Amino acid sequence: MAGKQHAADGHHDGHHGDHHDHTPGFFTRWFCSTNHKDIGTLYLIFSVIAGLIGAAFSVMMRMELQEPGMQYLTMADGSPDGQLWNVMITAHGLIMVFFVVMPALIGGFGNWFLPLMIGAPDMAFPRLNNISFWLLVPAFLLLVGSVFVDGGVGTGWTVYPPLSSFLGHPGASVDMAIFALHLAGASSILGAANFITTIFNMRAPGMTLHKMPLFVWGMLVTAFLLVLAVPVLGGAITMLLTDRNFGTNFFNPDGGGDPILYQHLFWFFGHPEVYIMILPAFGIISHIVSTFSKKPIFGYLGMAYAMVAIGFVGFVVWAHHMYTVGMSVNTRAYFTAATLIIAVPTGIKIFSWIATMWGGSISFKTPMLWAIGFIFLFTVGGVTGVVLANAGMDTALHDTYYVVAHFHYVLSLGAVFAIFAGWYYWIGKMSGRQYPEWAGKLHFFTTFIGVNLIFFPQHFLGLAGMPRRIPDYAPGFEGWNMISSYGAYISFGSTLFFVGLAIYTLVAGKKVPGNYWGEGAETLEWHVSSPPPFHQFDIQPVVK
Amino acid sequence: MTQTNSRSFLTRCRNLAFAFASAFFAAPAFAEVDTTGEQVGVPHNWQFGFQPPASPVKDQMHFFHNQMLFPITTVITVFVMLLLLYVMIRYNAKANPKPSKTTHNTLLEVVWTLVPVLILVVIVIPSMKLLYFSDKTADAEMTLKVTGYQWYWGYGYPDHGDIEYNAYMVKDDDLKEGQVRLLSTDEPVVVPVDTNIRLLITAQDVIHSWAVPALGVKLDAVPGHTNETWTRIERPGIYYGQCSELCGKDHGFMPIEIHAVSKAKFAEWVAAKGGRMPAVTAAAEAADETPSVAEDAAGENIVDENIADEEAANDGEEAGAAAAE
Repeated sequence: MAGKQHAADGHHDGHHGDHHDHTPGFFTRWFCSTNHKDIGTLYLIFSVIAGLIGAAFSVMMRMELQEPGMQYLTMADGSPDGQLWNVMITAHGLIMVFFVVMPALIGGFGNWFLPLMIGAPDMAFPRLNNISFWLLVPAFLLLVGSVFVDGGVGTGWTVYPPLSSFLGHPGASVDMAIFALHLAGASSILGAANFITTIFNMRAPGMTLHKMPLFVWGMLVTAFLLVLAVPVLGGAITMLLTDRNFGTNFFNPDGGGDPILYQHLFWFFGHPEVYIMILPAFGIISHIVSTFSKKPIFGYLGMAYAMVAIGFVGFVVWAHHMYTVGMSVNTRAYFTAATLIIAVPTGIKIFSWIATMWGGSISFKTPMLWAIGFIFLFTVGGVTGVVLANAGMDTALHDTYYVVAHFHYVLSLGAVFAIFAGWYYWIGKMSGRQYPEWAGKLHFFTTFIGVNLIFFPQHFLGLAGMPRRIPDYAPGFEGWNMISSYGAYISFGSTLFFVGLAIYTLVAGKKVPGNYWGEGAETLEWHVSSPPPFHQFDIQPVVK
Repeated sequence: MTQTNSRSFLTRCRNLAFAFASAFFAAPAFAEVDTTGEQVGVPHNWQFGFQPPASPVKDQMHFFHNQMLFPITTVITVFVMLLLLYVMIRYNAKANPKPSKTTHNTLLEVVWTLVPVLILVVIVIPSMKLLYFSDKTADAEMTLKVTGYQWYWGYGYPDHGDIEYNAYMVKDDDLKEGQVRLLSTDEPVVVPVDTNIRLLITAQDVIHSWAVPALGVKLDAVPGHTNETWTRIERPGIYYGQCSELCGKDHGFMPIEIHAVSKAKFAEWVAAKGGRMPAVTAAAEAADETPSVAEDAAGENIVDENIADEEAANDGEEAGAAAAE
């Protein structure tokens, strides 16, 4: 097979013969990695550990909310420990966003499969890749540390001043959290630069942009969003840091500043952030639906450019998170109209996935169950988003459990379903061992029931007027809260079952060949062994 | 076998969707029947939808959500669910061993782009109507000032002789008969029914948010800003709300309790609070006012002097009213 020897090929430094399987020593391999597959593995392990911690917080939250009154989070005199509650919900949000979903989808699956899918031997900047991962470790430690220092960060993941300023949070906690976000943000920016360069420069000959797999398209759009949005977060939190410590007044009205400025800056990052969390998921779902329907994706260009459109429009809708702050009515009218527009490319994707299945030969293996679950549940989350997009309607629903239900449907039942789908799809490829099919299905069904029990009733709580971020609630909210809490216990149990299943798979799972899904699996990762060699594609394949 | 079962299954699904939708339309029926004719704006256990509306803005929200957004989103969701169920049954590997190779259908792609656009156009028109209606009133009859503090609300009645007071949540141990846990305050906000009330909302420390679900009001209380909105309460009763922006340790414990009373009862309450109804002040000023700004021999502004005199007289009246308590 004719092909180009890639210039960055690492084989000039004296490794002979066996170099495809020769791995460095343990410390070098795992702490000084320059291998996209190993770095991807590090990210996945990291996200599972962080996920268990984030989930533990959420179980504690649901335990407290199961019944009215304060059962667990009380001060010595029995009064509510509201600060501890606020710290827990903040930790839950920050951990899930920055240390679970993003590392799993982008650092984990992105690193693992982007080079494989484009026929490249590694990322453009392998050492930068390693720094991106290792930045997350001190970031996470700083965040966890902030919980134990000076009362913790009780601001919500949004960290709004003045509550997060020195007035609301004297002490070092918020400063530690800001540094945690600085490091995590740097990790993302560097990683995104790596991804863009890799995709633009290292595709195998014959693989034009319009022949790239959809997961790669998803990563490309995601990487652009990261590079443009995360620095704005960096700016906002640095301004908060100087307000807190160096006498600036960006967000302090007494000094001529404005708390609302922070919100504009935060959400200018924050809205693209939610698309950053979902676009890689869209890519994974496309691959799985295609594989298990034994059909190419319906409307490839529509799918690719729908993701581009979502990314683009995602930058001009941020203030729909701020409908109640006091913006002018015309501004709110604009953001309503712009936000509604995003429903169109998203709908195109949902219908295209269904059209891919139409006429296919569908097999219901575990990855496909997660993918079908995603398609339906993301639709539910999407339509409640359409409801919330209307500023007039949002007045009744902002900061209620309706919003909590909406974003958990698209995240916990969207992005997380896609993470599980990707795990089940690719674990055989990554480890060489396959999961037990009955266990995967059991995990799916128990999780499906559990998460729907948690979040569907929360729509009712929101419509009835229950606010967010409160540790105790008034009479009239008990029934649905109880159901929601039972769902949390089922889901957490199911997650523990998954951890057991995963360990079993890695230790004793059945070994699998290069392409263990058969006819529908057509992207390049299925053309290498399971697991792939330490270095693959020293000579790039030619793509027709 | 598959045909008949899937059709009855589809019918059952459709019926379930309609039943669910009508549960929402019937949401007001979930409210307790109140024998005094007064509405109490509280949540009810196991309720599916909004609290019964008590303002024109909330009425419009009910219509927009229950009659438009909810049916549209339910139909879309059920439609996607039915499509998925259909493909899973009709095109599973056993039923369809040979997959097709279709990857395009231009008509379909155009339809599923244009139809959502049309649905959005249908949604956006009443949406804008609701938004502009809920923003402000052109025709305010009184003003209520709201200030958020950690962790209570302060209220002011600038048109009624500057009544000012704070409202704190009633703690569990102090609840009296008829009060609601976590929602009742030691002093309620008292306003007259059928009156356009301009709300001016701010905060003294961190961001809070003043919200009353039954009225469809929610507006952030931001330090350094005064935000304006309005409400009009159409049914006398007691309406509760809670702070709706995370503000620190007692964010969940700074509620809002509004008593909407007849105009006569409101006037009594104003007097009892040591305030004065706006009509009294206007009449007093009109009696003392000179047709133009004139100066007496000493060069003092007569109007200013007269107003000062009148204010002194008012103080005397207030003291008298207070003494009469």
